Amino acid sequence: MSKILTDSLEWIDARYPLSKMWNEHLAQYYAPKNFNVWYYFGSLALMVLVMQIFTGIFLAVNYKPDAALAFASVEYIMRDVEYGWLIRYMHAIGASFFFLIVYLHMFRALIYGSYRKPRELLWIIGVFIYLCLMAESFFGYLLPWGQMSYWGAQVIISLFGAIPYVGEDLAVWVRGDFVIGDATLNRFFVYHVVLMPIILLALAVVHIIALHEVGSNNPDGIEIKKNKDPKTGIPKDGIPFHPYYTVKDIVGIAVFLIIFSVVVFYAPEMGGYFLEKNNFLPADPMTTPEHIEPLWYFTPFYAILRAVPDKFFGVMGMGGAIVVLFFLPWLDRSPVKSIRYKGWIFKSALALFVISFFGLGYLGMQTVTPTTTLFAQIFSVIYFAFFLLMPWYSKWDETKPEPERVTD
Amino acid sequence: MGVDDKSKRRFLVASTSVVGAVGVGFAVWPFLASLKPSAKTQAAGAPVEADISQLEDGQQMTVEWRGKPVWIVKRTEKILADLKSDPLIAKLSDPDSSVTDQQPAYAQNPNRSIKAEYLVVIGICTHLGCSPTYVKENDPHDLGSDWVGGFFCPCHGSFFDLAGRVFSGVPAPTNLVVPPHTYLSDTRILVGIDQDKGAA
Repeated sequence: MSKILTDSLEWIDARYPLSKMWNEHLAQYYAPKNFNVWYYFGSLALMVLVMQIFTGIFLAVNYKPDAALAFASVEYIMRDVEYGWLIRYMHAIGASFFFLIVYLHMFRALIYGSYRKPRELLWIIGVFIYLCLMAESFFGYLLPWGQMSYWGAQVIISLFGAIPYVGEDLAVWVRGDFVIGDATLNRFFVYHVVLMPIILLALAVVHIIALHEVGSNNPDGIEIKKNKDPKTGIPKDGIPFHPYYTVKDIVGIAVFLIIFSVVVFYAPEMGGYFLEKNNFLPADPMTTPEHIEPLWYFTPFYAILRAVPDKFFGVMGMGGAIVVLFFLPWLDRSPVKSIRYKGWIFKSALALFVISFFGLGYLGMQTVTPTTTLFAQIFSVIYFAFFLLMPWYSKWDETKPEPERVTD
Repeated sequence: MGVDDKSKRRFLVASTSVVGAVGVGFAVWPFLASLKPSAKTQAAGAPVEADISQLEDGQQMTVEWRGKPVWIVKRTEKILADLKSDPLIAKLSDPDSSVTDQQPAYAQNPNRSIKAEYLVVIGICTHLGCSPTYVKENDPHDLGSDWVGGFFCPCHGSFFDLAGRVFSGVPAPTNLVVPPHTYLSDTRILVGIDQDKGAA
């Protein structure tokens, strides 16, 4: 039997680099041995991406991308399709968890300096994935054709209208109609189930290839490739990804699935944070709900938009809050990568940034009052200051010396 | 066989690339153009008629035109007097309706209407397209003691007065749009057709 298997593998390897890829990316990919809990979120993100594609396929089987039928077809999935409720809840809640995981994954990069040389491109590809994920989620959110779907899309597409001269025409082109209608729903369905998943999958592959080219960072922020065993050429602080980290990641996935199941089965709407109450009403182009807000993962940027009392600059602020992420690798001038060896200035700046991000996220869900606007403005200034002043404060910071080898 | 003078080859590569890029541009256009509103969509949007005979003083009614809400509000003498008051005008961003795209020429007047009594505007905020809420002077509200009635957008906090004029210091950049409309009689308005003209 094993002879047949060995021969088959040889036959394949002569025609396709199967063993070579297995070794390069798993069995002989050496990752630092000091990964901690923050290093679960990369593999979790990949798993959730696969889960979203899988559940999405089964939803698309019963969903109708037609303004007259869409809302009812979602209710049909929820009530009449066997286990339709489960598949739909997994997909909708999976979206929220996807963002949660991606935010934690990005925060990991922020605290351990994983965006620094030689991982600038890896970080930039990651920001592109984040952008695509936002687009994917935005397109998908229109599909249930509820009140929040409709008015959320109305607000976001109207953002294009802020672009001078061509803005209004561009918004009409995006919608395919002068208002959000059947044409918009139909095309957003296609973007959501075909266009964006292809781009996301491709970017995820590119992200992993880039990662495996430069090697993983670690909580100490030092390069394990600088200290290789002279005989084998293997980093002394590296361990093969398989089986060590494949097994570790399976534990992470098991823990994740437990938490995920609790939400799916016991709190699928999460008090209106994962499935908004207004979206249980069919879209009505004549009436905006009293209180419209995006889903929680967009609220920090929504709060920045609302903090600026000017249409054009509000949109610029919102876009700038994401664009600034691309420049992060060159804004950090600290001699060390990891927060473990950075000084109080960076730690204080990071703490203020985290408070602002949560503050903006909270304010983005609240109705507008002069007080909330003032706080949103303060938090927005801190958000941008964290990035734009980094070239100076990261240099002034008193850092500790990095160790030669990774610590435990 | 070596080629010493590569200038001819470079010229061929460059010119082929340019011609190719133009070709790509032509090939891309049909796909981009297919995403524009179709002929059917553009033909839709017939004018709609509104019967205003039942409107009470200060009351608002909504009709749907091109998928958008169009409001008609019957304004009282008090409201019309408030619209001319200096404290209100001081708070407005464009009290004279100087942005010509926001209303037809026949509505570019202090009341932004054909007949002073009736306001006809598209009920879509010029900021990001939400539909604002009509808040009368005497409605319960927390918009300040000097609120004389108008529209408040709950999405991003823009204010408009009862002529659809935007307040300054709010996200919305311009006044609400007055759609082309005409009076068929004293009690019937046709939205979508300019006064004394053909279709808009």
